Amino acid sequence: MLKELGQKNVNIPLTHKLWDMNWGFVLLICATASVGFLMLYSAAGGNFEPWASRQMMRFGIGMMLMFVVAFVDIRIWLSLAYPLYAIALLLLVGVEVMGVIGMGAQRWINLGPFQLQPSEVMKITLIMALARYFHNLGLEDTRRIQWLIVPILLVMAPAALVLRQPDLGTALLLVAGGGIVFFAAGVSLWKFGAVIGVAIPSGFFAYQFLHEYQKKRILTFLDPESDPLGAGYHILQSKIALGSGGVFGKGLLHGTQSHLNYLPEMRTDFIFSMLAEEFGMVGGLLLFALYVLLVLYGYAIAYRSRNHFGKLLAVGMTGVFFLYIFINAAMVMGLVPVVGVPLPLISYGGTAMLTLLIGFGLIMSVYLHRDIDIPGKR
Amino acid sequence: MAQDQHKEKAKIFNRRALMLGGAQAALMSVLAGRLYYLQVIHSDEYTMLADENRINIQLLAPLRGRIVDRFGVEIASNRHNYRVILVPEQTSSIDKTLDALAQYVPAEQIDRERILKEAKKKRSFVPIPVLDNLSWEQFAQINVNSPYIPGIQMDVGATRNYPYGDLFAHIVGYVGAVSEKDLQTLEPDPLLELPEVRIGKSGIEKSYDTVLRGKAGISRLEANAYGRIIRELGRQEGIPGSDVVLTIDKQLQEFTAKRMGPESAAAVIMDIHTGDILSMISVPSFNPNSFASGISTKEWKGLVSNPKRPLGNKAIAGQYPPGSTFKMMVALAALQEGVISDSYQVFCRGHTNLGKHRFHCWKRGGHGKLNLENAIAQSCDVYFYDIARKVGPDRIAEMSRRFGLGEKLGIDILGEKSGLIPTKDWKLAVQGVRWQGGETYNMGIGQGYVLTTPLQLAVMTARLANGGKAVRPRLTRGTEASSLISTEGAAALGVNPAALKTVLRGMNKVVNGKRGTARRSKISTKGWEMAGKTGTAQVRRISRKERIDGVRKSNEKPWIERDHALFVGYAPYDDPRYAVAVIVEHGGSGSRAAAPIARDLLQETLRLDPLRRSSLDASARRQGGEQDA
Repeated sequence: MLKELGQKNVNIPLTHKLWDMNWGFVLLICATASVGFLMLYSAAGGNFEPWASRQMMRFGIGMMLMFVVAFVDIRIWLSLAYPLYAIALLLLVGVEVMGVIGMGAQRWINLGPFQLQPSEVMKITLIMALARYFHNLGLEDTRRIQWLIVPILLVMAPAALVLRQPDLGTALLLVAGGGIVFFAAGVSLWKFGAVIGVAIPSGFFAYQFLHEYQKKRILTFLDPESDPLGAGYHILQSKIALGSGGVFGKGLLHGTQSHLNYLPEMRTDFIFSMLAEEFGMVGGLLLFALYVLLVLYGYAIAYRSRNHFGKLLAVGMTGVFFLYIFINAAMVMGLVPVVGVPLPLISYGGTAMLTLLIGFGLIMSVYLHRDIDIPGKR
Repeated sequence: MAQDQHKEKAKIFNRRALMLGGAQAALMSVLAGRLYYLQVIHSDEYTMLADENRINIQLLAPLRGRIVDRFGVEIASNRHNYRVILVPEQTSSIDKTLDALAQYVPAEQIDRERILKEAKKKRSFVPIPVLDNLSWEQFAQINVNSPYIPGIQMDVGATRNYPYGDLFAHIVGYVGAVSEKDLQTLEPDPLLELPEVRIGKSGIEKSYDTVLRGKAGISRLEANAYGRIIRELGRQEGIPGSDVVLTIDKQLQEFTAKRMGPESAAAVIMDIHTGDILSMISVPSFNPNSFASGISTKEWKGLVSNPKRPLGNKAIAGQYPPGSTFKMMVALAALQEGVISDSYQVFCRGHTNLGKHRFHCWKRGGHGKLNLENAIAQSCDVYFYDIARKVGPDRIAEMSRRFGLGEKLGIDILGEKSGLIPTKDWKLAVQGVRWQGGETYNMGIGQGYVLTTPLQLAVMTARLANGGKAVRPRLTRGTEASSLISTEGAAALGVNPAALKTVLRGMNKVVNGKRGTARRSKISTKGWEMAGKTGTAQVRRISRKERIDGVRKSNEKPWIERDHALFVGYAPYDDPRYAVAVIVEHGGSGSRAAAPIARDLLQETLRLDPLRRSSLDASARRQGGEQDA
């Protein structure tokens, strides 16, 4: 199989891969995750139990998974892109069917000790599938609209399924993540303009079909102070936490908004507010700096990759990672509606952490196999 | 070819990646800018909001000032209120806790239904009152066993206590919870919003409420989002209310109340020089403790429906015709104006005529020839018809006002009535009819339109006895400086001294003269002799038919139709110090029902002689500690 895929059929030995590993990138990931551990330690009132320790364990498992993913040859990932996408899509249909059968709206499948969230798996496999599609597509064809029908369906099918769950945040992330791959692959700019031109009016149309709580979220986002004890409470309290933190913050364990429970969901979606309350603007900007470095690494790796699949995969993964950061931070600062997106590497939660580290594993796989040239099929 | 395509693809990719990177950089700067906006530009606002979130200002109720008598005896104090409260989250079963508690107090004392309802409504860490006003024994017993009753906490609060019950009810009044109306009418004070605060509702408690209330303390508490108190950030203790010192002598008050017995009556004893009211009684009375702890409907209905009106303070709000006690005013007016001389004589045949009307003397056979002194002593009505006609209603009214009748005297509790001293103009203005000659006759014997309160009569007597000085009555020794006020500061009323002497001699003869109407009530102790004047105020006109059929004896009439018995007096005659006014509603005649009481009261006043004993000095006023009942 490898022979069919690679022109330069080289198998890089594992020891070489270990040596070649981008350790700076790994270190940066660890550093960022450590910030999360510290915040979870603070959330428990200065205790590693119950959150920080569990999160560290998950991170450990995730790191191992990341290395495994990184060492797998990029050509294998290329060949697995479609099958994995198909499996993820089937899983999504599966939860949908389960929901219909009578267990109510559910987003995950119970697999013994842990839960599998198909929408999370889809975030990775969609990027992989799109990267493979555009890897194989000639430059001319990329500009032709008939060649875009398949990838658009690749995006829309899972997005529609996730939207039905209903999980607006993830659906938007899938569409945006797909869009980044489209963009990087060279789809003409005017098409993006056209899509946006169509999307905004249809968005207003779709608004009518949103769930009541989703409508409310959008409305209270526009004026959170109008309902300070109701739906606007989260955003307002989060802004109070941020604002009262000031430049240097109130100090670890001294955030009044978070420790007196005024800040909702402080371990998950609103963990950034807690960080910025306790460490101030300085803490917030330092975390941003870590994120920016991670994103830059992603771009550098994409640039260095000789194969197009690797380039698109790295940029797509980095793009999704950035979207997470931006949406979460903008949400807690009251810039976008509350959509329930965790802060990558920081928020408490196993599934998101695993997804993210697998994504980084893929980026590293791109790095380790950067010099393998894989010609497109056509 | 493939190589070119490959290069071209990479070139486009790099350009697009750069654009993506640029867009992301722009978005990142938006985030950083927002962070700056929230955390630097608007930081102060949000810091304030964060503090508003977490800091609860809780008011601390100060201890209410005490009310003490002139010698420092506590009339109103604060009693420990031993309470048990329950914190639902500290017990696994409220029912079991209450069962355990029921071992120490009667089960019916625990309002299980209310407690369970409150527990359901409130957050589990909010304490719920379970029992209050426990005895010390009960409290101690529960306290010792509290480790076995999960969830309960022992608490000591303060409730108002009136150790003498109904004895001072009309003077001191009572306290109650702040009502919606109070909040609108009273001066704003954050204290009023505390649920446990009680404010004065009547009497001294009301009129001196702001003095007694004190200033609220403040406790700054840090609370979490669920309202649970995490810690106290700071505390500023309040200022306890000041004590109020009454002019009343508790011992004398006790005697007065006892002496009045079961009558519907009122009495005022005052110092003629300082205006200090040493005793003021209105019986029957009520127990203010019932009001402080919430009165039962049954008790309330009983009080309201009682024909002897226990809730009203008859001493200041009861308005009665003064009857013959008014004759001093008529005599003084006539003497002062020179209408008569002190030797002026009238022959009493038992009645006198005015036109077709006949005006009777209380003595059917008549008094014969009388001068002023004897007319007062024997209370001859015909004599006063005559001189009243001579001096006229307006000049009698003018003299009456000098002596404090017909106006509010400004006593320091609410509810004082002004009484009524009629004039010709008043009649025309109010009734639209001109003054009739016969009305002057009625006024001459203190009947008709004339109305006075017992307090006014006491003040009138004091002003007569102190030589015509405008002494004002007071119930409190108030602030340090004012406790020294005496008649030296009081203005002279401008009454002719000789005329006053004549009247006083008449008053002496009422008690000490051979034929005086109160001769049976004289004080025989040397140097304590009483002078005074009886009065019998008709409640209902005696009809012509009754006169012909023979006037029924007072005790043959139904109680409500009997005459009011009055007596005003002072003692000692030679060196006057104390004045008294007594009214017994429907008591019959002044000489029989009121004079003996007045004698006993003056005698006891002289025996106790509160003015000669060292009274509480001003420095003790602020001590205000908590006292056990």
